[in-house]
Amino acid sequence: MIEVNSISFRYRQEWVLQDVSFRMEKGEFVGVIGPNGSGKTTLLKMLYRLLSPQKGEILFELVPMKKMGRTDIAKRIAVVAQETQLLFPFSVLETVLMGRSPYLGQLMFESEKDLEIAKKAMEWTETLSFSDRAMDELSGGERKRVFIARALAQEPEVILLDEPTANLDIHHQMDFLDLILTLNREKGLTILMASHDMNIASEFCDRLLLLQGGRIYKIGTPDEVITKENIARVYGCEVWVDQNPFSGMPRINLMKKGVREEDETLGRD
Amino acid sequence: MKIITFKKVLTISILLSLLLVLVILVSITMGSVKVPPFRSIRILFQSIVGLKGAGSETERTIILSLRLPRAILAGFVGAGLSVSGAAFQALLRNPLADPYILGVSSGAAVGAIIAILLGLSTFSLGLPLASFLGALLTILVVFYFGRQEGKIHPNTLLLAGVIIGSFLSALIMFFISISQKEELHTIIFWLMGDFSFASARAILIIFPYILFGVFLLYLRSRQLNLILSGEEHAVQLGVDVERVKLICYLSASLITAASVSVCGLIGFVGLIIPHSVRLILGPDHRLLIPSAALVGASFLIASDTFARTILSPTELPVGVITAAFGGPFFIYLLRTRKVVKTL
Repeated sequence: MIEVNSISFRYRQEWVLQDVSFRMEKGEFVGVIGPNGSGKTTLLKMLYRLLSPQKGEILFELVPMKKMGRTDIAKRIAVVAQETQLLFPFSVLETVLMGRSPYLGQLMFESEKDLEIAKKAMEWTETLSFSDRAMDELSGGERKRVFIARALAQEPEVILLDEPTANLDIHHQMDFLDLILTLNREKGLTILMASHDMNIASEFCDRLLLLQGGRIYKIGTPDEVITKENIARVYGCEVWVDQNPFSGMPRINLMKKGVREEDETLGRD
Repeated sequence: MKIITFKKVLTISILLSLLLVLVILVSITMGSVKVPPFRSIRILFQSIVGLKGAGSETERTIILSLRLPRAILAGFVGAGLSVSGAAFQALLRNPLADPYILGVSSGAAVGAIIAILLGLSTFSLGLPLASFLGALLTILVVFYFGRQEGKIHPNTLLLAGVIIGSFLSALIMFFISISQKEELHTIIFWLMGDFSFASARAILIIFPYILFGVFLLYLRSRQLNLILSGEEHAVQLGVDVERVKLICYLSASLITAASVSVCGLIGFVGLIIPHSVRLILGPDHRLLIPSAALVGASFLIASDTFARTILSPTELPVGVITAAFGGPFFIYLLRTRKVVKTL
């Protein structure tokens, strides 16, 4: 579905992304992980062409993205990125209806059909009950769900998520990720999520892409990517990796300084 | 569920248009020469259908050639400043933005002052044309320096505007310091905003620019909503952001240029009218732009009527009234309605 062919990108001098290539199939849930400044957000911005690579190209269903129109991209790829400050807040419903924008073209007003689609999106995300509230009256978790509703109103094939669980407590993190997983499994949406939380990425994603300094260090299943060695090489810190006893997925355990040395003996176990 | 529909925009626009008509009617009956209200209105309506029955020749001249053109001019300027203020607030994502923020007004002032000092203001259109030219030149310079690699970065543009504005202010102060006493009075009144420079022909010159600019902005009002939510959001939703921004910035600047060139720097209208309307009707530009235009027009006509009657026969600059009435009213709105979050 998405084919990234050795793209490189730089803002000024330094390359932020170098020779990155990977493919995503329809219906996949892929996580992008890596340290601060490894190029996660930049990669996401390439995938909806906020930025274009200086080298290489990105194909969306075999069509080069630079040949697609802005609205074509917005009809197929939705983005839930880090939030910007709300200056004059719109209502929840108004925000979700903005997701219909790529379909309106020159039209000034949304139709009944657009309203129906927005309502459905709000049912999925359980935001319908507070549709008339202003966006700045919502909690962080509610606001995130509204932006997912807006993304669904775009009727996309792909949703790109940038650090979606940052600033959410674990309850809202779980709710949010369950919703994303449902959309992935039941609606067949292709998901790409950049995240700092490797345990979440390991638990929810089919495949992981580990970035280091703008290059792909490792790509594969969570089992292949999240290992003690890879983490040590990419992040430069010692962690203990075991398995989540319920899901069997790799799990990262952080330890404080004194405990870390004992880990050596455990490791030889 | 509350959504913005064409019907809603139309209904509110019609209601506000009625308000505007009412304000115009009240305005033409008031002035230092007393013409009874009903006779004034009869004069107006009879002239519309082409009759000449009511009133004396003098009364007809006062109503039709002096008060009515002045009210219409104030209406266009009030509408223009309000709409361009709303647009600048959205484009710069800054609640303190107003039509003068990019220095266009300072350019207009320099043009006007040069015209006054050279004696051009004695020609009927010398003053507005010179100040319009000054404003247009300023727009060119600000956009030349404010864009980078063909893109508009709001902060860069803002900085370019503010700095060029300061430079022009220095010029203004220089001109004021070398000007004679009679010229000084004209200059100061122009700087405070004054419709006594207005003529019927001035309307014909500025209304195409204001109408065209407002129309262009209205066509982009849905995209302006998305830009208000953040430029990256707008890109995510398929908006060609750079193109829309360029069109909107230029339209808003052109409206400002046309407005200030006929009546000087009327402060406050472009700042408080958009905020007031937004506080009551919400931030959606599809409703905000027409409503702000109609409310702004009514407000400025009413202010100008006060300005020319309150100390009659002496006329005050209208800017004095807009600030004196607008400021407290805006504070009242801020206190009673939901406060603008970032202000």
